[in-house]
Amino acid sequence: MMLLVVMLTTFAIFFVIPKWAGTDPALLFVGKQADPAAIEGIREKLGLGDPVLLQFWHFVEGIFVGRDYSSGPDVIHCSAPCFGYSFRTEQAVWPQLTEAMPVTLSLAAGACLLWLIGGISAGVVSALRRGTIWDRAAMTVALAGVSLPIYFTGLLSLAVFSYQLDWVNVDYQPLTSDPGKWLESLVLPWVTLAFLYAAMYARLTRATMLEIMGEDYIRTARAKGLKERVVISRHAMRSTWTPILTLLGLDLGALLGGAVLTESTYNLPGLGRLAVNAINEKDLPVILGVTLIAAMFIVVANLLVDLLYAVIDPRVRLG
Amino acid sequence: MTDLNQPVATPGEGAPRAFLDVRDLRVHFPTDDGLVKSVDGLSFQLEKGKTLGIVGESGSGKSVTSLGILGLHTAGQYGRRKAQISGEIWLDGKELLSADPDEVRKLRGREMAMIFQDPLSALHPYYTIGKQIMEAYRVHHDVTKKVARTRAIELLDRVGVPQPDKRVDAYPHEFSGGMRQRAMIAMALVNNPELLIADEPTTALDVTVQAQILDLIRDLQKEFGSAVIIITHDLGVVAELADDLLVMYGGRCVERGPAEKVFYQPQHPYTWGLLGSMPRIDREQTERLIPVKGSPPSLINIPSGCAFNPRCPYADVPKGGVTRTERPELSLVGDRHYSACHMAQEERTRIWTEEIAPKL
Amino acid sequence: MTSQRSPRRRRIAAATVVVGALMATAACGGDKDDKGGGGDGAGYNAGMTGIANKSTKKGGTLRFIGKQDFDSLDPQRQYYGMAWDFSRFYARQLISYEPKPGSNKLVPDLATDLGKISDDGKTYTYTLRDGVTWEDGSPITSKDIKYGIERLWAKDVISGGPTYLVDVLDPKGKYKGPYKDKTKDKLGLSAIETPDDKTITFHLAKPNGDFEQLLAMPAGSPVKQSADKGAQYANHPMSSGPYKFTSYKAGKSAELVRNDKWNKASDPIRPALPDRITVTINSNVEAIDKLLIKGDYDVDLNGTGMTGSGRAQALKEHKANVDNIQTSFTRYVDIATKVAPFDNIHCRKAVFYAADYKSLQTARGGPEAGGELAPNMLPKSVAGSDDYDPYGVLKRGGKPDVAKAREELKACGKPDGFSTTIVARNNQPGEVEGAESLQQSLGKVGIKAEVDPIDGAQSAGITGSPSVVKKKGYGLSVTGWGPDFPTGQGFSRPLVDGRFIQQSGNYNYSETNDAQINKYFDEALAETDPAKAAEIYKKMNHRVSDLAVEMAFVYEKNFSWRGSRLTNAYSSPAYNGRYDYVSLGVK
Repeated sequence: MMLLVVMLTTFAIFFVIPKWAGTDPALLFVGKQADPAAIEGIREKLGLGDPVLLQFWHFVEGIFVGRDYSSGPDVIHCSAPCFGYSFRTEQAVWPQLTEAMPVTLSLAAGACLLWLIGGISAGVVSALRRGTIWDRAAMTVALAGVSLPIYFTGLLSLAVFSYQLDWVNVDYQPLTSDPGKWLESLVLPWVTLAFLYAAMYARLTRATMLEIMGEDYIRTARAKGLKERVVISRHAMRSTWTPILTLLGLDLGALLGGAVLTESTYNLPGLGRLAVNAINEKDLPVILGVTLIAAMFIVVANLLVDLLYAVIDPRVRLG
Repeated sequence: MTDLNQPVATPGEGAPRAFLDVRDLRVHFPTDDGLVKSVDGLSFQLEKGKTLGIVGESGSGKSVTSLGILGLHTAGQYGRRKAQISGEIWLDGKELLSADPDEVRKLRGREMAMIFQDPLSALHPYYTIGKQIMEAYRVHHDVTKKVARTRAIELLDRVGVPQPDKRVDAYPHEFSGGMRQRAMIAMALVNNPELLIADEPTTALDVTVQAQILDLIRDLQKEFGSAVIIITHDLGVVAELADDLLVMYGGRCVERGPAEKVFYQPQHPYTWGLLGSMPRIDREQTERLIPVKGSPPSLINIPSGCAFNPRCPYADVPKGGVTRTERPELSLVGDRHYSACHMAQEERTRIWTEEIAPKL
Repeated sequence: MTSQRSPRRRRIAAATVVVGALMATAACGGDKDDKGGGGDGAGYNAGMTGIANKSTKKGGTLRFIGKQDFDSLDPQRQYYGMAWDFSRFYARQLISYEPKPGSNKLVPDLATDLGKISDDGKTYTYTLRDGVTWEDGSPITSKDIKYGIERLWAKDVISGGPTYLVDVLDPKGKYKGPYKDKTKDKLGLSAIETPDDKTITFHLAKPNGDFEQLLAMPAGSPVKQSADKGAQYANHPMSSGPYKFTSYKAGKSAELVRNDKWNKASDPIRPALPDRITVTINSNVEAIDKLLIKGDYDVDLNGTGMTGSGRAQALKEHKANVDNIQTSFTRYVDIATKVAPFDNIHCRKAVFYAADYKSLQTARGGPEAGGELAPNMLPKSVAGSDDYDPYGVLKRGGKPDVAKAREELKACGKPDGFSTTIVARNNQPGEVEGAESLQQSLGKVGIKAEVDPIDGAQSAGITGSPSVVKKKGYGLSVTGWGPDFPTGQGFSRPLVDGRFIQQSGNYNYSETNDAQINKYFDEALAETDPAKAAEIYKKMNHRVSDLAVEMAFVYEKNFSWRGSRLTNAYSSPAYNGRYDYVSLGVK
């Protein structure tokens, strides 16, 4: 349902709104020599002459059933899920998406893991050592993380670790083809992206921890005679997860935005880069495909977060 | 019997005879506004099998005292300014304040356990009741989860939770208030503690449930033979339960003695106030409740002289303004009955019998 | 919205400079054991002034890297200059450019000779060489060439490429393209005749002296009909040249290996030195420069010049690997004559005198990284160009002439100045900065200009739409232009021929429709002698200057990295100053 709404919105942004605004979407794709015949040809190719609803129907139909396209001399069938063919490369969009998706997922998952570990531990340390040098150091690093843009930290890390020290080779390799190289190529992007996000998690963890350590059930846990380590890890941490998850749900959705910069900086062939290229080249089918995948990403991420909520907090569970 | 005939014990006398012996306990918290003297020189003793009621308004230092006994003021204080604690707390022959914190931790939950005021916030919302009880048991007993679970069910059964084998897997939010407090009690009792501190155990509960819980605590005490401290602002709670009463005001004891004496021959105007604000079903209500007028004293700037003097209707009865300059010490006013008041005992008895008691 | 991008861009630029400085410092330490590409370059400007590392040695892998991928591999669909340069590896035409430094002369490629032109200048006939073959070993025939060119008519499928040939051969658009062609062999275009497999004749509707320039574009490449996959052909075009594709991953990489069916004897243009050619697309321009300097790659595919920090490092540490390339671009300010008060020539001239060319040059990077001051529009590589300087730009060293500007303002009836808007594309480096610098110098004579940065990707519908330009009052536009082919027609016609004004995708921003200029174009087109045509284009260019409709300020230059392994590297004016890719080899 939500996907349908996203689909409609995306579709409208590209097809309907330009029409209202008085510009012709065909103009975006025609290239340098925009003579009327060429514009007409493109319009025909895009089916822009059809009623908008019909255009949308074809678009949806392609995704669920597949569609036939004329390549000129032949008619080619694009089987479901069909997002059409890239205007620029004439390659089917779906395989491009499936190829780019694992890259972004690798990037997102690794960075997410790192920033959770880094952010939460920094947050816990500074909460428990509030006011000490550890607290201040952790929060200063965290502040730096939030303030420094990816293109800065990214370029710097590349300059130092890849070009100068030559420790890592950042040419991406899929996990399935070479796990070692995969890891090597992703280490810097993971750290860079995680650095950006870890800060927010450190601050959140710190604030939440401070609040939770004052809760009655923490006193109860101590009154049982539990070791402080257990009090923190079992009782305080469990509660800290709830606000962290809330933030995570929001961030995972917005992560594609961070991935755009990271992927551009590290030349990772992921969805973010695909999206940027497609937008630069006004490659509508690819833009639509990436948008839908991104929407799906957000939906799935939120579903996952909701499920985790239920795992963590029994009060959220049904029944 | 709790030996109240002993003079107020002073620190440094060596191991005492009483099971719990608190000597000149002081708990001070440094804050930006100044030093908060939450407990400022409190002493009492308690024997096994007996119940002590500590009564006072909020902020009088009751809860701080109980947490002090359990050593919870020092546990988990990170980085920030720690509480300053002095005096002696002797439990079963061991002094706790000077002991290794880890030793005290091992006593917590096993020898001394606590029932907290609000069972909803005092229980972890994300763990089942059973898990929380099992955890309390397994900290001090090296047993399998299965054994611990059997023990948890047994305890839940004992405290009157119906269908304990099923309820053991329920979460706190699935329990009613009374049931939660029963579960809390089960958790406190799981290690057969010799000292049980109940901090306002019934405040969060409605009246009928209050009575049940109090009955339960009494029954359990008889069965387990523990020493029990019940902390409350409501004299009614301890009326039937306590052997002895200790009335606190401004971090200090203003009156203590056998419950009967304190109830029927109270020797301190503050106690009168407390009695006046207590709803009683055993007497005809002649007038409306008489609450203690005014508000509790600042623990940073405790009034000089008798801390109660700004609120005391009889502050000017002793001559020479002594109530504002000199702090009254606890003095024996009857059999094991102490009070800290500048008024002459005859005066007090007269006021009580002529002015106060008839109105109650 | 758009105006907010500028500060952000500047922040990025600032961060880049900082990182660049850090990178440069970091690089200093490791310079001694230089394992990178620097150290043994052929010398500063060796590839600009002649041939760097002249060699005939074969073998090795030539490694391209670039930020921008090809717009298409389909020769009929390419419009990026670098794609045209690159396509010679795998696509041949009847005519192509001479593979020599400094030359943009046309020479025969698949054809035995340049065209035999009929007296009326409307018929061009070519004979194909012997031994020219496709990747599959079959001979390349005249019908393949005709079919390839016919594809340009299928504008709905074969979109994106230049359509000059369509305009010249079938201006009325009678032919509908091979995919709608009902004839048996799909060779229904009557303007091209193929009497036999070796002969091909073109019939032009009107004479066009630059016709062979049009044939030399990749659009004139043959396509074998049986191999044509229409839109999908772009994914694996069949090679007629010395290399064929083994893989192409759009936006990521491409690899070509030797086409063993290619016959060296049949090809006078392509030395075909490397065994293998790779193309890597990298989204990080800073990384591209670093990887080039490090020696992981040999040459920048895009050829748009190094970025600030890479340039600084290269010039400091590896100057022998750098060429200061003269491109065929003119950077200029377009003046909309339909937007008041620029309908008055004196108000236009006031801009010419008030502008600080020096600061406009600085906004583009200075005389070396940006380009030398330009007295007029026509770039040096186009025949007919000269130093015509009616406004004394060179004479006053690019400094503004405030007194003259005020005089012109008076003559225009606006002695106190006026208000206008300068439009600039925000995705083109230096254009917004240029507009801001212009704004400042115009302000000194009372011309209050507002700068409006627009999304460059949308410019076809903004600056390319005369109605939008009028509506928004875009009096001035900071922009740049390079020729599709190196003649006066190729450079100037879309800009100033009044008959080329379009309602969208318009490049005649000034809406110049001057009978004299139009007549010059007609005369030049009818002239088949390039030297005579150049004389006419010279007059045309002077006229453009006199009308004060386009204010050129620099002839663009950039700094290009020339990897130490590269051999036979030289800048080619036929390809906008890029290295002539097809001549490159590696050590």
